[in-house]
Amino acid sequence: MASPRIIVVGGGLAGLAAVIKIAEAGGKVDLFSIVPVKRSHSVCAQGGINAAKNLKGEGDTTWKHFDDTIYGGDFLANQTPVKLMCEAAPAIIDLLDRMGVTFNRTPEGLLDFRRFGGTLYNRTAFAGATTGQQLLYALDEQVRRYESEGKVKKYEGWEFLSAVIDSKGIARGITALDLRTMELRSFPADAIILATGGIGAIFGKSTNSVVCTGSAQSAVYQQGVTYANGECIQVHPTCIPGEDKLRLMSESARGEGGRVWVPRMAGDKRPVKQIPEAERFYFLEEWYPKYGNLVPRDIATRAIHKVVYEEGLGIDGQPMVYLDLSHIDRATLDRKLGGILDIYEKFVGDDPHNVPMKIFPGMHYTMGGLWVDFNQMTNIPGIFAAGECEYQYHGANRLGANSLLSCIYGGFISGPNALSYAKSLPAQEGDGGHAAELTRQAGINSSLLKSKGTENPFKLWRELGDTMTKHATVIRYNKGLQQADEKIVELLDRYGNVNLSDKSQWANTSFAFARQLKNMLELARVVALGARLRDESRGAHYKPDFPDRNDEQFLKTTKASYTGDMIGPRFEYDEVDTQYIKPRPRRYDVAS
Amino acid sequence: MANKTVSFEIKRQASPDAPAVWESFEIEWRPGMNVISAMMEIAGNPVTADGHSTTPITYDSNCLEEICGSCAMRINGKARMACSALIDNLEQPIRVEPLSKFPLVRDLQVDRSVLFENLKAVKAWIPIDGTYDLGAGPRVLPQEQEASYPLSNCISCTCCMEVCPQFNEDTNFVGAATIAQVKLFNNHPTGRVLKEERLRALAGDGGIQECGFAQNCVEVCPKSIPLTNTISDISRDVLLQKAKDFLRN
Repeated sequence: MASPRIIVVGGGLAGLAAVIKIAEAGGKVDLFSIVPVKRSHSVCAQGGINAAKNLKGEGDTTWKHFDDTIYGGDFLANQTPVKLMCEAAPAIIDLLDRMGVTFNRTPEGLLDFRRFGGTLYNRTAFAGATTGQQLLYALDEQVRRYESEGKVKKYEGWEFLSAVIDSKGIARGITALDLRTMELRSFPADAIILATGGIGAIFGKSTNSVVCTGSAQSAVYQQGVTYANGECIQVHPTCIPGEDKLRLMSESARGEGGRVWVPRMAGDKRPVKQIPEAERFYFLEEWYPKYGNLVPRDIATRAIHKVVYEEGLGIDGQPMVYLDLSHIDRATLDRKLGGILDIYEKFVGDDPHNVPMKIFPGMHYTMGGLWVDFNQMTNIPGIFAAGECEYQYHGANRLGANSLLSCIYGGFISGPNALSYAKSLPAQEGDGGHAAELTRQAGINSSLLKSKGTENPFKLWRELGDTMTKHATVIRYNKGLQQADEKIVELLDRYGNVNLSDKSQWANTSFAFARQLKNMLELARVVALGARLRDESRGAHYKPDFPDRNDEQFLKTTKASYTGDMIGPRFEYDEVDTQYIKPRPRRYDVAS
Repeated sequence: MANKTVSFEIKRQASPDAPAVWESFEIEWRPGMNVISAMMEIAGNPVTADGHSTTPITYDSNCLEEICGSCAMRINGKARMACSALIDNLEQPIRVEPLSKFPLVRDLQVDRSVLFENLKAVKAWIPIDGTYDLGAGPRVLPQEQEASYPLSNCISCTCCMEVCPQFNEDTNFVGAATIAQVKLFNNHPTGRVLKEERLRALAGDGGIQECGFAQNCVEVCPKSIPLTNTISDISRDVLLQKAKDFLRN
């Protein structure tokens, strides 16, 4: 048979990693991306990528990386794929190095490593504080090489709308929208890989890029793909609050010695540099002496909340704490953290070389995502997923610098698996469902353009973001989660009354946004109701009314299926693979 | 008490063939606002300063932290990233218009794919043997890493091309960003296997000799890449390559 056609949706690290593997194996790839792939959200990752290379004489091993990852995720991740990822990590770093990533170096010319949260080892390779940018570019360059050889065709500026699924329930392609001409088209494929990233936009403001709406994941969820652990949302402890977004301040700032503190005295009015050492409350170091400022993100985030909201010690009474690098010499900061310090200065106006930064937690990452098997395939044959859009590697809390790894590893696994799946795929009957899916999508488009209501989609989105941030981030109560779901149902109803102020058929960004919004609303229910049902605290999912982890009842993967009913998703629970490491209490305040 | 407002004049154009018009907007001021957050406000309430309903503005944006390179536009006449253009630092009315050297799509959105084509032409990649495990990469001294790192920070925003007097249809000049990538890859221990091909790609029509050393590029680069030094270095390499090729023939 002719060589299989694979469609990859998303041009971040996971998508590009999949493309490279498929092209290298001789497959043909069509690569779809809303933005030019070089502008994908992976570019925002800052601090580094983990691999137990043990180049610092510390006795680090891939097993310890595996254990830190499972423990950091509070035992919710299936252990087999995590173990394989950690074992593959050192070779992935070598490959990236060979691709020309400008990793920081030791005097001998070897890769340098630094510490990150949730580990006691220097395990994080880094390129200044723009590691995601450097990694994305390295993969982008390799894909450009394949593109120039005719093995990859890029569809940049196209947005994925749905999978094409045949009468037997097998994926046969996708439908997509040209964001410039607004043309709707279907594209045939023997397998598709979704690598469509995070869902930050569901929370309004987050550290995510504008394209991270979760729209693609939600679209296939509504077509029958199961969504797993949706309630597991990471709130990053150190962000710069902004009008348009929350800008990330990398964990590497703490990895290089940054210290988090507040004045011991509430409402201390002295200029920050005049507050003596003894009157500074380094709460992470006091509460977690072993890990100090490098506790995992969920722990640091809750500690900041406690200091601000329970102890009333936020700077100037505001929800903010200091992240202080001003004790570290300028040359070291520039060599290891250049990039993020410029960004802080550009957006805030203060120079973090001289004064402590003011930061606060912000929504950052979804550990949950499309359910996949160990081959990265969802429950719909032919639909694969890799990267942040799937759920597999981080359990209930992701460790810093594990996301770049899981993106590349997941891409590397999904690409060859999609190819071998496609090679044994029986020919489709008829048109494989293309005409029917195009008709369905055309119907959605025309009803949206014709809608003569009064609701502005951007305003509905703000209301969604406000309710999700309020009820479904750091501290969760069942009553609040219930209110959040009721609000989402209300917004879904009002969505039916939406009115686009732009009805044109050329580069109509509000039209594309309105389509994404519907998908965001459907997926938000999975997050809110999944959290409502998990009556325990585990990793980033924290309920004061259920403060302990409950393995007996909830050491289980949440699986949500779309019902099309106002009642919302149907939830089921799967056992977690814990065959290698027996779950133990997760305590960062004492030695484990 | 009336709230403090910010005034904008934004150049609109519904399509490449449509006439360009300026629209004015008055937006409520908030601390920390940038040009992007102002346009988000307009999307939520698309009404001009004189009360006319209009459409949300079409523009490219993604990361909003000046690392993806999407939101380059002209703000008060200067090519820059809209996300890092803080309102409080700008003179009002803030005049926003699209980059002028690239095909217009709509409003502030332009087509900058020429840069990616140029990167293809100069083979801006490391030709690795394969993705299978071949062990560690070449050793690189910290000084070499520190020289390469700034070049690898290029975000493909194309501001350097926008402000270059030589970047136009008459010269077909590739622009500073592409030349900087040639230097990056030619300096890499493995990347230099394609060094001669890259230099030859810059030797012909639209190549490095089109540079007029106006030095606008280095002024405008949001990532402070040493573009003019880079162009000097690569100019020399291209000349040497031309001489070598001449002698060989």
